[in-house]
Amino acid sequence: MTVSHPLLSLKNIKVTFGGVRALKGVSFEVNPGEVHCLAGENGCGKSTLIKVITGVYTPEDGAEFLFDGKPIAAMTPTLAQSLGIQVIWQDLALFGEMSVAENIGFQLAVKGKYGLIDKSAIDAAAKKALARLGIELDIHMPLKELAIAQRQIVAIARALVGEARLVFMDEPTASLTQSETDYLIEIVRNLQASGVAVVFVSHRLAEVLEISDRITVLRDGALVGVYPVEGMTQSRVTELMTGRNFDSAVIAADHDDAPVVLSVKNLTRHGEFSNVSFDLRRGETLGITGLLGAGRTELALTLFGMRQPHSGEILLAGEKVRFGSNRDAIRAGVAYLSEDRLSLGLNQPQSIADNLVMASLDRILSGGLISSSRKANVVAHWISELGVKIGTPDDPIRTLSGGNQQRVAIAKWLAIGPRILILDAPTVGVDVGARAGIFDIVRKLAAEGLSIILISDEPPEVYFNADRVIHMVEGRFQAVYDPRQTSLTELESAVYA
Amino acid sequence: MRRLVLDHTTETTLIAVTVLLCIGLSFGTDRFLTVANAFDVLNISAVNIIFAVGLLVVLISGGIDISFAVAASVVQYVTVLALGALGGGNWAEGFLIAGVVGTGLGAINAFLVYRLQIISIVATISTFNIFFGLLMFFTKGVSIYNLPDWLSNRVVFYEHEMADGSWVELTLPVVVMILCCVATSFMISRTTTGRKLYAFGDNPEGARRFGINIGAMQYISFGWLGLMAGIAGLMQAHYAQEVVPNALYGRELDVLAATVLGGARLGGGKGSVLGCVLGVLLVSITQNGLNLMGVSPFAFKMIVGAIILTAITLSSARLDKLLPEALKSSSRKGSQRS
Repeated sequence: MTVSHPLLSLKNIKVTFGGVRALKGVSFEVNPGEVHCLAGENGCGKSTLIKVITGVYTPEDGAEFLFDGKPIAAMTPTLAQSLGIQVIWQDLALFGEMSVAENIGFQLAVKGKYGLIDKSAIDAAAKKALARLGIELDIHMPLKELAIAQRQIVAIARALVGEARLVFMDEPTASLTQSETDYLIEIVRNLQASGVAVVFVSHRLAEVLEISDRITVLRDGALVGVYPVEGMTQSRVTELMTGRNFDSAVIAADHDDAPVVLSVKNLTRHGEFSNVSFDLRRGETLGITGLLGAGRTELALTLFGMRQPHSGEILLAGEKVRFGSNRDAIRAGVAYLSEDRLSLGLNQPQSIADNLVMASLDRILSGGLISSSRKANVVAHWISELGVKIGTPDDPIRTLSGGNQQRVAIAKWLAIGPRILILDAPTVGVDVGARAGIFDIVRKLAAEGLSIILISDEPPEVYFNADRVIHMVEGRFQAVYDPRQTSLTELESAVYA
Repeated sequence: MRRLVLDHTTETTLIAVTVLLCIGLSFGTDRFLTVANAFDVLNISAVNIIFAVGLLVVLISGGIDISFAVAASVVQYVTVLALGALGGGNWAEGFLIAGVVGTGLGAINAFLVYRLQIISIVATISTFNIFFGLLMFFTKGVSIYNLPDWLSNRVVFYEHEMADGSWVELTLPVVVMILCCVATSFMISRTTTGRKLYAFGDNPEGARRFGINIGAMQYISFGWLGLMAGIAGLMQAHYAQEVVPNALYGRELDVLAATVLGGARLGGGKGSVLGCVLGVLLVSITQNGLNLMGVSPFAFKMIVGAIILTAITLSSARLDKLLPEALKSSSRKGSQRS
């Protein structure tokens, strides 16, 4: 890097929304050809900063904005694009009904000569962008037929059409599997090699540390610092992001004296999982990990009565059960927290209170009708029990942060008084700091005697929060680990092998 | 060729269904499969096709409009009255007045949807009532029969007497319809504006992040439909040789069904002019065939409904979705939500 000035340099960026300081005088710098990580919890100002850089928001007076050494008086989205600043948004902002080529070449399509579209130029640009990424894809395929990882590639290719010099990637790996993530990292390296600077925004610290040269940490709208990635550890980054220190310690303990609550024998569902057997005791937390597609969620849905096993047995407290539907399972005291909180776990437009009592309506009835006082009692009880931070219980649930939403989702199931709680990926879209809070709740519930099955594709989560860890591969139980006798590295290398 | 068929599933299916229907009807009555009858169907369908390609643009941009048919009635009245005030007028003035008034009524819808942020179905149901209410109030339901001669005289571009004594006629509404189709098709598939309309309907937030002017999109789409509705209104007055305030009342649902049948997606971002034309024609051919076969007109609506249902099932629901395994997985999703 012989260039003496940074590609992008911001100083003293202040943004205020309705009296709330979203950015309190932040500085940010990206060098040419660098992979830079922008880290911080939700609400720390990352997105606001990206929107300032792309001209969506205007910073207050006193800001200094240099691109390629030249001062920018007023950034606009159009100017940002013409300077080669591109953002790949978390939701990708692609057009499902259009073809791959129409998506990649969209900028050309809206800027055509005489207001007309040049279809061959669009196709050529799409092919060129994909070739630069080393990807082969049918450019006439409708986007909606592509898998999420391929759509990600389309979004990246679209950024390249605009002669990108600086690409922001907002949580690009949130919905990718490990191998897809590896693939994306490879693509980012290719971009870097061709001289494009990439700013990576991600919750997943492992990949951040793997790919970045430097890391800028924001907290509460203020700059914490800029650090070289060398010598950085995940726990150090977490500490910088949250301002707190999370000691990770193994909590595993023996529960051999406790009664068996759930016993599964040779459970099989063809094409999903086979010969699964385990016992779950009172107060025990059983971790299940494995790659996406290992059959974890399918197993959980079967235990929850939403799918019927083809063979094998499920015994609850020694008694054989057959669930016709999840209503039977709920009645028997089995609760399942869905892995997709946004669309399946909670009813986003409805209020916090309505969401919380959704699974336990029969418990708040009075003369066949919902008793508002009973409902209020249940809601107040669980809000305080789980420490959910809310305005009023009548606010829509979507106004809460991911961590608080998840607490309500857990409370919804606790309100039915379950014996077994299955948590499927409970920390997806939850901040690092709030994750610790969720696991504090899980530990407390286990200590009170609830039996928990904790499913996660992040090995550390199950390693530090479960008594036993089962590693699932292609629908089978590959191995059972005791965190007290195994190192995290051993578990991770087994999972990612 | 395979690609062409795959990319245009709806259109191909509609053509197939229409051909099958025509074969069936030609056995039912020997008067159906004649050139003269084909032109008849075209003449009858012209007004609806003009409406449909206008509505298509609104559907592509993610909106919906219920008010365009009564808006066309308003246009008819205003245009005829204005022409009277101008001392008779001519075709150029007629098209100009109808187009401007129609576009203006469309702009009212765009204003409600964009400025006041009213969801388009509610906004246009309101304007549907307002337009129709005002029309009935001021006209007291009275029709206009004495149109200027140039407007009520038939304009025939081409005519030819067939061997069997029937007449083949290419009339003004059909020519205007073809021009409207060509213009709409050019606008939505060849211009940057069209691409923006598709993008806006497909993913409004994505379009916004590209710096697309959302307000302009609403005014263009509703304005275009208004323009088409104005032209369709004028053509309908010309075709019927009278202006009746409730003549077009209820037409909006027929046109909407035909447009959606033609592959336009109610969620936005999808649809083609060819699909629209095929959708309207399929419905017209069905009615025409039933008519010739002497089926009771009371059964028409029922049969047309069944044909629409069949065609839309064949073109939108892919056959594999009807297989039991896929049904299981979709019912699973449903129960997970509960």
